[in-house]
Amino acid sequence: MNAANPAISSTAGRECWLPTLQLSMQEVFELMLACPLQVPPEPPSLEGLDITSMVGLAGQLCGILTVRCSAKSAARMASRMLGVDVEKAGPEMWDAVGEICNMVAGNFKNKISGLGDGCMLSVPTVITGGDYSLHSMVNSEIQTILLFDGEPIALTLEVHS
Amino acid sequence: MENIVTLIVDDSSVMRKIVERSLRQAGLGISQVLEAGNGMEALAAVQQNKVDLILCDINMPVMDGLEFVKQLPAIEKAKGVPVVMITTEGSEGHVVQALSAGAKGYIRKPFTPEQVKEHVLPLLGGKQ
Repeated sequence: MNAANPAISSTAGRECWLPTLQLSMQEVFELMLACPLQVPPEPPSLEGLDITSMVGLAGQLCGILTVRCSAKSAARMASRMLGVDVEKAGPEMWDAVGEICNMVAGNFKNKISGLGDGCMLSVPTVITGGDYSLHSMVNSEIQTILLFDGEPIALTLEVHS
Repeated sequence: MENIVTLIVDDSSVMRKIVERSLRQAGLGISQVLEAGNGMEALAAVQQNKVDLILCDINMPVMDGLEFVKQLPAIEKAKGVPVVMITTEGSEGHVVQALSAGAKGYIRKPFTPEQVKEHVLPLLGGKQ
């Protein structure tokens, strides 16, 4: 599939995607977790973000969208999504983080003209642990950090083509 | 309100629970909720149970939601049962594809309980 839309295919066109990416995640947290996200006043440390959820994009835009957070944040997300105590939500946290990443990816692509029908999403994959390296044919990368209950969540879009 | 038996089809158990909670919050008279993790399980559930409403994801392993909707009319018990798609695939093309396949409604994730009510209530007709 060719990238017919210059705003999708050119790096310059992607520069304006950062606020859209942020908005996509903020909407998911507000609607599904009833919890607004905050923009950190200064860049927070990303140490301890040991849960990584990934969704692949293929078509007019090829790449990977990742959401990284701590295990504590993941359990809190599951707790809010399910409406149960954090202790009871623990076993569901991987599923919850995967669904959040899936919804952010879908919400994002539906906001970019031409991507809705021109880009497919993979099912989410969740990695536990921070001691890994991800090697992909990255052409450009957009990252934003937002705070959920005061804890950082890193949202990254790696674009391959 | 009459008792409404609902089938929720999604490969995410978290999402199935969220959809169920949204239905209950909407006060739609849901008496029983059945769950399925993909289209194949959903077809089996419909063959074994009398269902009044189906809420179904699109992207699922084994059998996706569009294939499920296409195969549903072949089941006698399922004739006339409305299916509402709930999915992240929210583009116009996907909506047209789902409605053409036989779905009666389409809800984009993320969603609110109010949106679920807005889409589901008109489909329940005499059941409400």
